[in-house]
Parts: sequence; C-alpha cells; structure tokens
Amino acid sequence: MLETITFSLLNGLLYGMLLFMLSSGLTLIFGMMGVLNFAHASFYMLGAYFAYTMGLYTGFWVALFLAPIAVGLIGAAVERFGLRQVHQYGHVPELLFTFGLAYVVEELVRLFWGNTPMNYRVPEALDFPLFSLFGTNYPAFRVFVLVVAVSMFVGLYLLLKRTRAGLIIQASLSRPDMVSALGHNVPQVFMWVFAFGTGLAALGGVVGGIQLVTEPGMAFMMGPIVFVVVVVGGLGSIQGALIASILIGVLQTFALSVDWSLANLGMVFGYAVPPESFFATIWYMDSTRIAPMLPYLLLVLMLIFRPRGLMGKRES
Amino acid sequence: MTKPRRTAGLFAGLATASAIALASLSTAQADDPIRIGFIDPLSGPFANVGDAGLKHFRFAADRINEEGGINGRQVEIVPMDNNQSASESAQLVQRAADRGIDFVAQGNGSDVAGAIIETVNRNNRRNPDNKLLYLNYAAVDPSLTNERCSYWHFRFDADTTIKLEALSNYMMERDDIEKVYLINQDYSHGHEIERRFQDLAAEKMPNVEIVGTQLHPIGQVRDFSPYVSRIRQSGADSVVTGNWGNDLSLLAREAEDAGLDVNFYTYYAGGLGVPAAIGRAGVDRVAQITEWHANVNVDEGHDEYREWVDAFKERYPDIDWYFHRVYNLMYMLKAAVEEAGSTDAEGVAAALSGMEFESHTGTITMRADDHQMLQPMYISIMDDEVEYDSENSGVGFRTLSRIEVEDATSATTCEMDRP
Repeated sequence: MLETITFSLLNGLLYGMLLFMLSSGLTLIFGMMGVLNFAHASFYMLGAYFAYTMGLYTGFWVALFLAPIAVGLIGAAVERFGLRQVHQYGHVPELLFTFGLAYVVEELVRLFWGNTPMNYRVPEALDFPLFSLFGTNYPAFRVFVLVVAVSMFVGLYLLLKRTRAGLIIQASLSRPDMVSALGHNVPQVFMWVFAFGTGLAALGGVVGGIQLVTEPGMAFMMGPIVFVVVVVGGLGSIQGALIASILIGVLQTFALSVDWSLANLGMVFGYAVPPESFFATIWYMDSTRIAPMLPYLLLVLMLIFRPRGLMGKRES
Repeated sequence: MTKPRRTAGLFAGLATASAIALASLSTAQADDPIRIGFIDPLSGPFANVGDAGLKHFRFAADRINEEGGINGRQVEIVPMDNNQSASESAQLVQRAADRGIDFVAQGNGSDVAGAIIETVNRNNRRNPDNKLLYLNYAAVDPSLTNERCSYWHFRFDADTTIKLEALSNYMMERDDIEKVYLINQDYSHGHEIERRFQDLAAEKMPNVEIVGTQLHPIGQVRDFSPYVSRIRQSGADSVVTGNWGNDLSLLAREAEDAGLDVNFYTYYAGGLGVPAAIGRAGVDRVAQITEWHANVNVDEGHDEYREWVDAFKERYPDIDWYFHRVYNLMYMLKAAVEEAGSTDAEGVAAALSGMEFESHTGTITMRADDHQMLQPMYISIMDDEVEYDSENSGVGFRTLSRIEVEDATSATTCEMDRP
C-alpha cells in the first residue's frame, strides 16, 4: 500500500510537472493576450525536434538552451507577421489562425523529419537509476525533469512578481490602453510574451520528447490535456497552472494504481446496483478505465462550479 | 449563325467523350495492365502505416513486371486513400469495380476489412460480370474468416487465434514462463486477445497463471508508469500485448526505465515506428510473433530474398521490408492468374482457394475452408547484434522459435457460399 502511494505520488508529480512546463506558456499567452493558442503543443513538438537535431551536433546540454531560444524566435515571428495581422479582426480569426498553424507545423515536421519516431534518448550523463525504491528504479532523468520544471516555476514567478518587466506584462494584461498611454509599446510586449510562452513550451518539449516519444503525432496527443490544465488552473495564473498540473497528474496516476469502482462506495452503505440493470456498466466500471477521462470530467465540473478556475482572477 | 455551329461542336464533343468512355468500359485488353486497388490510409494520423504498405506493394509489382509480368501483362498498383474510414473504403471498393479493377488489397483495421467484405459480396452478387477479389494483408480479426467469412476474401496474415495458438505452443514448452499479464488496447482487437489467451491458458497451459489483465484507452495514454507498477506488483514474468505504435513504445520504454524484469510478447514490435522508438531498451526483452523477419533470411540462408530486402532498403531508406506476406500475396496472385488464364475473379478465386505455395519459409497453404493462410510463424526477440536492424535503430530481431504450420493453425466455423 505504502509502495503504491509512494509511486503514484512520484509518477503523478513527474507527469504533472511535464504538463506544467507545457501549460505555463499557454496560460501566459491566453491570460495576457486572450489568444487561445491551438498551436501551443506544436511549439512543444518543435522544441523536441530542434533539441534532437541540434543535439546531434552540439550535445544535449547546449541544445537544452538553444532549442527553446530558436523556437521562441519562431514564436516571435509568428506573432509579429501572423497573429498581429489577424488580431484586428477579433478573437475568432486568431483562433482559426492558430488552429491552421498547428496542422501546418505538423505537416512540416513530417516533411523534414519523416513519419517515424526520432531516436531521441536520455543524455549519457543522466542515464542511470538514481535510487531504487521497493525494487523499482527511479531514473535520474526524471529527477532532472523535476528540477527543470521547478526552476522554471520559480524563475517565472520571480519574473512576473518581482521585476519591472513583469509589472508591465501584468499591467498590459488588464489595462493595455493605459500601459500604452504611459509610453510602452504594448504590441511589442505581446510579441515577447508570445515568444517567451512558446519558448517555455519548447523547453517542455526538449525534456518531454525524451520522456515520451518524439514523433509527428506528439503535438496532437498533448494538445487537449494542456487546455484542461489552463482552464482548471485559471487563465493567466502560473500558480494555478502548477497546482492544476500536479492535481491532474496525481489524480490520473492514483486512479490507475488502485482498483476502485462505484460499487466499492456502495458496499460501505450496503447498497448494490443489480448486475443486469442499465446502470451496472457505470456502477461496476473499474477506475483504471475511467482514469484517462478524469481530467476532462474535472474540466466540465470546474466550468460549471467555478468558471474562473482555481486561481483565476477574472470570470471571463 | 453561331448557334448551330456551337451545337454541332457540342455534339462532336459528346460523341468523342462517349467514344472514349465506351473504349474504357470495354473489357480488359490483353495488353492492359492488371490493376490492384490499394485501399489504406494515405493521409492523416495513420498515413505512415498505409504508406509503408503501399511501398511494399509497389516494390513487389515492379519486381513482377521486371520478370515479365503476369501472362505478359504488367501489374499496376492503384493507391486509394480511405482515411482509415470504413464507409469511405466501401465507396472506394465500388469505385474500383466501376473502373474495372479486379483486385482490391487492404490491411489496416478490421472494421474497414469487414466493410470491404460486405461491399465486395454485394458487388459480386449484383454485378456478376464485374466481380472483385479482396486480398487482405493485415487485418487480423478472427471473425473475418469465421462468422463473416466470404469466398471473395483471402487473408494472408495469421489471424489473432493463430498467433495466440502459436504463442501458447511456445509458452507450453518453456518452464520459465509461469505468470503472464495481459495488457491491451480497449477495442475489439485488444478484447479479442484478452479473451482468446485466457481460453487457451485454461485449455492447454497448466503451467501458466494469468496474474492480471488490463485494458487501456487506445492512443491516449502518455504515462504508462502506473501500468508498469501494476505489472510489477502482480509478479508477472511475461506480458502479452497486442498494442501497436506509441502504445507499445511507451509501455516498453517505461518498463525499461523502471527496471521491470519481464519479457514482452507482442504482435507489432517489428514495425510501425516501434523499433525506432524503443531502440536498445527492448534488447532481450521485447519479442514479436510474425510470419517472418529479416534475420530469418540470414539464419535459413535465403540469399535471393536477402537481395530483395536489400534492394527495398536501397529504394526506401526510411523503412524496411516488413510485410513478407505482401510477397506471398503478389506471387500467389500471379500463380492464380496464370492458372486461371485470365483475371476473371471467379477463376482466380478458385485457383487461390486451397493453393499451396512455396514461400521462403516453407510450404504455405491458403486453406480452402475459410481462405485463411496457414504458414510457419516465428517468435523473435530484439537483439542488437544481428545482421539486419529495423528502422535504422541498431536493433533487429533474433529467432527464439520457429512454429511449424501444424502448430500454427486453428479451427474455423466458416460456412461460405461458393459460386
């Protein structure tokens, strides 16, 4: 039992941290610019592919820094020459633009790197089991992922709350006209926020591409769950994104680790649905089969009962 | 003045068009190519799978053409993109019939295969002059050669029952396999494996205990660590899975990371991006059951076939010759057309039904009862010191056991309507 709990916590935490790396950039962009960036996971994919390709020449450690910067620059260009042009027509064209962009990026990746997964591996310096618990190894690379994610959170938090740049960003979020009147170039702020956000997604891709599989379908695999994190956490809230990521990671892992169904609950109250009744399928359904659905259930419940999310400031 | 002239032009155009249409409608000429409609996903998320199949068919067709074709006629593969949809496939079959194509080939998805069987049956009933044959190279649902079997359908891959039968015959002999865990994708293919393997274990493997079964959603799980913890807690020494693509790659990599000491017995470890994604993590750990793998050519000294495999790799460096059954399919079709003397579906079907064919791996038979191919099977495991690797991963397969035809067969309940 202790074993199950420890591992569910560890694994859930790791998965949650991967989700956080992806969603922190999205929540920034979404919260600040109001742009629902459907192509966000595509930048995550680009991060993985860039890091793999650069890593062949420079090694993993250089690629860890270069790939997010390169992707961030692409993000800046996308904002400057794409999003900004459609911005004047409102949010729906922006949404459609990013939606199309996601498909374009995927096809480009297929074109340049092919359909088969990349042989993107854990760097040698981190390729060893760090410790062994109850007979299961815990790889050093996972701890590295945790470290990267935590430093990302701390860095982001300090940047937004303790620096002048963060002040302007936060002000542009709620009162763009006022910030503009004070002499700041708001469109430029937006451009750099977008670049920064996509760079963060790319950083997630650099480590996520190793932990999961680097292949052209990876963006579409991650896309939906990232939106759940952002909505549950609250738009624009970094802390909210962190809490929501870990919550979803741990929730999903626990549901998979324990055998549980509504029938167990019923037994406490001495009630059972007859096996041949219409609701028996749901009543006896194993939690492991429901687990992958849980984040979406959480999303629906959150939208009904607390539309602004866990830490969101606005109702919209 | 202009009006009548325009009408005359219109008439002339119509006449020409109908003449062309008539010419193309007329029955196949002796020098027309023999066309095979290849129906599989060629765009969308499964494009790589369909594309690999198409390359296999094209390569085999080119070889046959270089050797002089079939009865002096060239073979042409006509790609038809079905988007992995059953209803679109049914329309494509209809279109193939309208275009006078005699054969359709398909492999991915048993739901698609079922729809094609029904459409072909209907077409052959309604258009007796324009019959079609369906050559199935990879859809493994047992019902296709049992409850839903058809005289016009030929399956060249071993179905799930046969694969599990062969696997259980191997497991019976091994005394280091005691506790088996079943993890599968939550759809018909996975359910079928779970059910059949449990039946087989109860029937003939007293030494094997099934310590756990698990279904997971297909293509949605990113984090397999909880599943791996469950496998470890169950104390299993072997895992049987029909997973393919990422569902298999992620599972095997997670097991390696966690230091889980089990062997994986899989259907699809040898292709569809899995070797590239698993790489060395699968060495001596991930096994597959197939009708052939590249290193069989080395072990059994099939030099001619090695040349074939090498030439394929040279033409398509990204993938490997994986579907040995496409070779069997194309050359058996050639033999059948030559025997029938024409591409008339009824004659070719009669020749194919019950046909024995000398393939590289031995004599293989298209069982007349249900049109299911019976062939030797190989259980092979990932190895990084073999001559042929898969998908440039540095890891290939080494044969653990060759299961002879007698041990790789299953009963059928098929009662087909024969013309």
